[in-house]
Amino acid sequence: MAHNHSNNRSDNKAEQEDLRKKLKKINDNIYEVPREGAMKIPGRIFVNEKLLKEIDTETIKQVMNAATLPGVLGYSIAMPDMHRGYGFSIGGVVASDAENGMISPGGVGFDINCGVRFLVTALRKEEVEKKINELLNEIYKLVPCGVGEGGEKISKEDLDEVMKKGAEWCVEKGYGYEEDLKHCESNGTIPGAKPEYVSPTARKRGVGQLGSLGAGNHFMEIQVVNKIFNKEIAQVFGIKEEGQICVMIHCGSRGLGHQVCSDYIREMQKADPVTFENLPDKDLVYAKTNSELAKQYICAMNSAANFAFANRHMIMVQIRKAFNKVFGVSEKDIKLVYDICHNMAKLEEHNIDGKMRKVYVHRKGATRSFPPGHPELPEEYQKTGQPIMIPGSMGTASYVLVGTEDAMKQSFGSTAHGAGRLMSRHEANQRFRGEQIKKELEVQKIYVKAASWKGVSEEAPKAYKDVDEVVKVSDAAGIGNLVVRVVPLGVVKG
Amino acid sequence: MIDYELIGHTADAEFRAYGKTLEEAFKNSAKAMYAVLIDPKEIKSKITHKIHVESENRQALLYDFLEEFIVLMDVEGFMLHDLEVHIDEKNGGRLEIDAVVTGDVNTNYKISGDIKAVTYNDMKIEEKKGIWMCQVVVDI
Repeated sequence: MAHNHSNNRSDNKAEQEDLRKKLKKINDNIYEVPREGAMKIPGRIFVNEKLLKEIDTETIKQVMNAATLPGVLGYSIAMPDMHRGYGFSIGGVVASDAENGMISPGGVGFDINCGVRFLVTALRKEEVEKKINELLNEIYKLVPCGVGEGGEKISKEDLDEVMKKGAEWCVEKGYGYEEDLKHCESNGTIPGAKPEYVSPTARKRGVGQLGSLGAGNHFMEIQVVNKIFNKEIAQVFGIKEEGQICVMIHCGSRGLGHQVCSDYIREMQKADPVTFENLPDKDLVYAKTNSELAKQYICAMNSAANFAFANRHMIMVQIRKAFNKVFGVSEKDIKLVYDICHNMAKLEEHNIDGKMRKVYVHRKGATRSFPPGHPELPEEYQKTGQPIMIPGSMGTASYVLVGTEDAMKQSFGSTAHGAGRLMSRHEANQRFRGEQIKKELEVQKIYVKAASWKGVSEEAPKAYKDVDEVVKVSDAAGIGNLVVRVVPLGVVKG
Repeated sequence: MIDYELIGHTADAEFRAYGKTLEEAFKNSAKAMYAVLIDPKEIKSKITHKIHVESENRQALLYDFLEEFIVLMDVEGFMLHDLEVHIDEKNGGRLEIDAVVTGDVNTNYKISGDIKAVTYNDMKIEEKKGIWMCQVVVDI
């Protein structure tokens, strides 16, 4: 029986070389994957030479596979943090015609509307550093983290309302403020959510999890503004000076979203078993956009997305409380800058070959990057463009970027979503020890509070790509421009 | 013959489970999936659940069977110790699985990580020289 199975099926050097040779360099930050075989469109990957070396060929094959699906338009795109996913690559952006295209749960990902919420405070590093452990303990107490830790117990009727209204439900119930809503992608409520298309099993998984962080790569981070690249835009985002304290929340729709994805993968498989068996990769399974099943999935996906908005909103409310308790600051003074989705499919209008077309843009581990003047953005950000948050790995910097016109032209208004994994969790676990990482981070004055040591070692900074390089490519390619770099002071992990 | 092995996978977790019969390979698949989080040997046998799943083919059966555990984990905090598995082949290739599973709730242990979902990525169910092998990638 095979024991020496390689981590990476495409480690085959010759094959790797072959595929790499096919790539056509467009410029220092963009490579094209030419059309071949069943590909309907070419691929485009946003990487520089350094990042390209780290990409396994399986990921490039996934970009090519996505290009074979019905109704795909423009390019099958992958972001600088691309890595191997199932079916579609992580960091993948695929747009499909709204009428004659497809929608794929695998192109969205299991964690529907996994995303990032970013808050700014008026506090300074010096004040917060003194009480950082007290703050982390307070947050840890207020926000359920890790395995077996549920969230707000809500009724079945309330769960329906959460799925319909998202963050708006929270504000209606007295959690947070009206102005929080316009600082969320889609105002914190995706329209067209129909909870009746969410299965009883998915509901069962979601009902006890609202306002909980979960485990894995999800985190809450207390951050310090470390460098401002664009003062004018930073100012509009509420970031005034280096040393200012910010908060980043990274999580999604928990078990509810995972189950919605899984349910519809199976439904789509059952609906068309012949197409399913012939897919180059089973997790590419899709439904044609004009089918009843596609409509049902979209309604269910939007419901899960709203659950995720509400989830991040409830976590934010608890973090505000923790800041109020430890530092006496008013909860209202902890301002929500923006909340973005990075696992989502959305109906948008894009200019494709000179024609405005309605498309479903699948962003799986990619962030929307809308330019100044876009009607989807709130008044405050009309002149700047959309705030984009790119979290780094634990212990490394994170970035705030801004959306651009170039992203609309090149990447269906999208950019990267994070650092991107380099090493499997299993390997990270064998190579690093959680306690040791915590100690090393403390030397750098980064404090970690985690539900488990294994959770820390799996998320070891060295298990990820260099986030600095990822945002460098985004900025240089013009698909998301640098505004601010923040560095961690305290991390709470599941 | 080993029961199962965990394999590295960049974003997720992958395992191979083995058995002299398909039933045994399915049984070891459930154990392998839990082993991503904690060795089932460390879990006490305090609670019993019954699982019944019907699916259209072998791979779908494995997907649906493992998903039952993910739901049990999420909703009840159920962690697996051991299980008995029985598979029935019906007319038209449909398959039925009945399992009796024993284990405990996760709050009694230090467990990190979460399993989000089963995937079809690289899923394999093969029989070679009398040994069944199930290969699965789970999203974590």
